[in-house]
Amino acid sequence: MTGIGRRLRRRPPRYSAAALAWRGLRGDYWPRIWRDTELKRSYDAVVIGGGVHGLATAYYLARNHGITDVAVVDKAYLGSGASGRNTAIVRANYLTPEGVAFYDRSLKLYNSMALDLNINVMMSERGHLTLAHNDSSLRTMNWRAEVNKLQGVDSCVIGPDEISKIAPSLDTSSHPRYPILGALYHPPGGIVRHDAVVWGYARAADHMGVEMHQKTEVLDILCEGGDGPDGKGPGGKVVGVRTSRGDISTPVVVNCTAGWAGLISAMAGVRLPITTHPLQAAVTEPVKVFLPTVVVSGSLHVYISQTDRGELVFGAAVDAVATYSIRGSLEFTEELAGHVLELMPGISRMRLLRQWSGLCDMTPDYSPVMGFTPVDGFLVDVGWGTYGFKAAPVSGEQMAEAVATGRTPELIAPFALSRFEAGELVGEKGAAAVGH
Amino acid sequence: MLLVPCPNCGPRNSADLRYGGESHARPDPATATPQQWRSYLYLRDNPAGWLRETWYCRSGCRRWFTLERNTATNEFRQPPIPGDKRGGKA
Ligand SMILES: Cc1cc2nc3c(=O)[nH]c(=O)nc-3n(C[C@H](O)[C@H](O)[C@H](O)COP(=O)(O)OP(=O)(O)OC[C@H]3O[C@@H](n4cnc5c(N)ncnc54)[C@H](O)[C@@H]3O)c2cc1C
Ligand SMILES: [Zn+2]
Repeated sequence: MTGIGRRLRRRPPRYSAAALAWRGLRGDYWPRIWRDTELKRSYDAVVIGGGVHGLATAYYLARNHGITDVAVVDKAYLGSGASGRNTAIVRANYLTPEGVAFYDRSLKLYNSMALDLNINVMMSERGHLTLAHNDSSLRTMNWRAEVNKLQGVDSCVIGPDEISKIAPSLDTSSHPRYPILGALYHPPGGIVRHDAVVWGYARAADHMGVEMHQKTEVLDILCEGGDGPDGKGPGGKVVGVRTSRGDISTPVVVNCTAGWAGLISAMAGVRLPITTHPLQAAVTEPVKVFLPTVVVSGSLHVYISQTDRGELVFGAAVDAVATYSIRGSLEFTEELAGHVLELMPGISRMRLLRQWSGLCDMTPDYSPVMGFTPVDGFLVDVGWGTYGFKAAPVSGEQMAEAVATGRTPELIAPFALSRFEAGELVGEKGAAAVGH
Repeated sequence: MLLVPCPNCGPRNSADLRYGGESHARPDPATATPQQWRSYLYLRDNPAGWLRETWYCRSGCRRWFTLERNTATNEFRQPPIPGDKRGGKA
């Protein structure tokens, strides 16, 4: 706390019960939680993308490394991308040792986030069930449980009896077409209020001097010395960014644009192993809280959680066709409803309130692409697919370290872009294709 | 929903087809370096605009064909050429 305190430009209004009462009584307005400043002509670093990854990176640059001359630029508003559209599930029960260590660190940072950022992110460690409906998925669950336990992550495989004790609304009988044979149970998994995470990082970064520029679209990345046209491409270095509000000179650009990551990387002459697919989700009317955990079924391509307000939040796998259009489809809702009812026949009378969609930057191995690229000063924190919300804290922390030290931190070394050239993929499909 | 103009079957719901993704020339496996081969396998252009891509008419004529689609608006263009299959088999 003192470390942060020293670097504060101005004292932030603390959120507390006392402050709430005081302002309530005096009828005071809360000040805007981040400043609106002029866009300068130069910065020590520019982060492209004002989603949870870009904001976390900026926050940790300032907090852990004292690098505060940073601009986060977004073409729309903060959280307008997948960060404001996700289903907010956090967990660490991945399949590879590299993945488990990484996501576990993120979960730890989520657990202390409310205190670190002084904002209620409504972290709810409610447990996470991944159902198995056939022998092969049961085998994957056992595999994941063993990898998890070895790294000190709380996971185990349980049978239908225990499942129905945890979530009685699930049909654990042998009647369904795909009966539930068992589940991977991961007690530390849960949900977090995604908007609060975005705002919390933005507010904390702002207090340390980082600037957030909304409605500032990056049109080009200015490079020198590269093999490609205009000095872009391998062997070159970044010298600036062209935005819809003018040019900025900077030696460091961090690409945190998720679904748009390929477009931004192309501006620096870097090709990525990424295709952009929409992911849809839907929410029902609120009812009394009856579902205590997050429930995922890979075989049925659905997952379900219930918010504190009582709405059921549903999600699925990404749409098969690559596109930048985020139009929803009736097929999605139909399929979703059918599959959900197979798991929970009791909710057949509930009504959907709305459905939406967001862009996901899918990689071939369902792991991210992080760190340095062949263009000096151009870093990526992308490939977040359908699982990047839970990874934001650790990604911000590690990307900030990479920027500050010029070296790749050990925790993210397995996720380097160069792994594709080396053929060293980090296969997480079995743990990330449906359960986000 | 996307209406995909199959050259043999006419417009079909995209759910009836399998999406094959970006279409790139395959390097010769006999002479390609591992690096060239892996670029072909993994790296993508992923443009927001016109994209040349392959489709497999799974529940219709069961043929691969190539189309151009605008990935920002999802409109298709260029009448597909019948029998224009992707390099190998499904
Ligand atoms: C429906 C849905 C459900 C999901 N559920 C989960 C879940 O349960 N758990 C989980 O861990 N993950 C989940 N995800 C994935 C997660 O939401 C994303 O991986 C994560 O939010 C990515 O964050 P980001 O900050 O990298 O990108 P985004 O939040 O997408 O931000 C990228 C930003 O870049 C900006 N941008 C783009 N182009 C430009 C440009 N040219 N100039 C300036 N700015 C630009 C955009 O405006 C955008 O704000 C889900 C995603 C979706 C769509
Ligand atoms: Zn056909």
